[in-house]
Amino acid sequence: MTRYTKFVYPIAFALTLWVIIIELFDLPKYILPGPLDVADSFWKSRWLILEHTYYTASEVVIGILIGVSIGVITALAIAYSESVRLFVQPLLLFSQVIPVFALAPLLTLWLGYGLSSKVAMAVLIIYFPVTISFYNGLMRTPPGYLDLATTMNASKSSKLWHIQVPNAIPSLCSGLQLAAVYAPIGAVIGEWVGSSKGLGYLMLLANGRAKTDLMFSALLMLGVLTIALHGLMSYLTTQIKLRVE
Amino acid sequence: MTDDLKSAILLTGDVFIEGARLISSLNFQVVAGGWTCLLGGSGTGKSTLLRLIANLPVHAKLNGSLTSPLGLNLRRDVAYMAQADLLLPWATVSENVTLGSRLRGERVDQERLNDTLDRVGLYTLRGKKPRELSGGQRQRAALARTLMEDRHLVLLDEPFSALDAQTREEMQNLSVELLEHRSVLIVTHDPLEAARLGNQLYILTAAGAKLVTAPSGPPPRSTSDISTLECQAGLLDSLKGLA
Repeated sequence: MTRYTKFVYPIAFALTLWVIIIELFDLPKYILPGPLDVADSFWKSRWLILEHTYYTASEVVIGILIGVSIGVITALAIAYSESVRLFVQPLLLFSQVIPVFALAPLLTLWLGYGLSSKVAMAVLIIYFPVTISFYNGLMRTPPGYLDLATTMNASKSSKLWHIQVPNAIPSLCSGLQLAAVYAPIGAVIGEWVGSSKGLGYLMLLANGRAKTDLMFSALLMLGVLTIALHGLMSYLTTQIKLRVE
Repeated sequence: MTDDLKSAILLTGDVFIEGARLISSLNFQVVAGGWTCLLGGSGTGKSTLLRLIANLPVHAKLNGSLTSPLGLNLRRDVAYMAQADLLLPWATVSENVTLGSRLRGERVDQERLNDTLDRVGLYTLRGKKPRELSGGQRQRAALARTLMEDRHLVLLDEPFSALDAQTREEMQNLSVELLEHRSVLIVTHDPLEAARLGNQLYILTAAGAKLVTAPSGPPPRSTSDISTLECQAGLLDSLKGLA
């Protein structure tokens, strides 16, 4: 089976199940529209959906760029300095105890209804996985490499840069792949709490007007967006890993 | 013969691990400009002694003295080579061999690099990654990296134990040739290796390092030489007696 045809059977199965459920429970369109209704609505509202996709995609991409940068810097700082580690680690853990979703209303209050509160949500949701995966990679450097570097009179920063960072690239890459999947969740939650643009907003709008088929279309688009991001990130990380392996 | 050799390192005292005595009344020296072999079974603390000399983190504590009658600085004059080749998988042979300079932010001496690669026979493979090399080639790259450091005291922690017999003998010969005039401490559990290479031989036990008479003749001694074989047999008997 090729890369693409392997998806044919699972998708056909899901669509069939979808139709069977509608027929079996005799569900009206406004509760669960069929695949054809959704396809029809998707096509009719394609420009509307694309416009909102553009906003969500912007939030997600900016969020990933900022979140990954802050995560990478944090991981380097706590790997480098014991005192920074002792200070930051409890905060990092504490930040995970509070569900990010619960912060969404606050972020909207502080940052407004525009792009920045959604970017902040995406940043918050990916920051921890990126930081921890990179940090673990940095700390899991085989001790023999570091012993060797010690006998070569390497400084701490030099060990970090020449040995620990290259060694942690594969772990960072798995963090990046998680980020590609998590960031859209953050952005959409931000949109639910308060916005006038984006796929999350479109879903709420469609829901309020009982246009369930449009809601499904937006959901479908969100899935496509996330898969595309994940695919792009997989490509990028493979390229990066090829250089360090 | 060993008496007229000055010692590069003198190690005396007791070694403790978590309060328990690992080795007592140690009196051990690394001869200057020659090969000192430290032989012992596993868990006797051979690697621990080597790490103490290399200034590397150890769980053990030395209650005694570690000095260099030759006046070596244990931070500046020591190179280290382990059983694992410790080649960075993402770096090429050249990059691995020049790791020391790169770590210290120094300019890489290209001429010396090419010369060193040539001497270990890896010049044509200099752009390859470690995974593309055989076990013997990898260990030669590690040797080249050690030579590039140009340190007087070279500490070898079972460096050839993972190699097949033939490659091991080649590596031993090459190492003796290339590390000439340096003071070498090699930790090993292989009596033949000790008999071939040592100017000074020690068997390490909990009661200290026992000096054993080395075979006559300069290392690397032939494996078919009778005094080498007798020494090997003697070392093996001593090790068995300890077990």
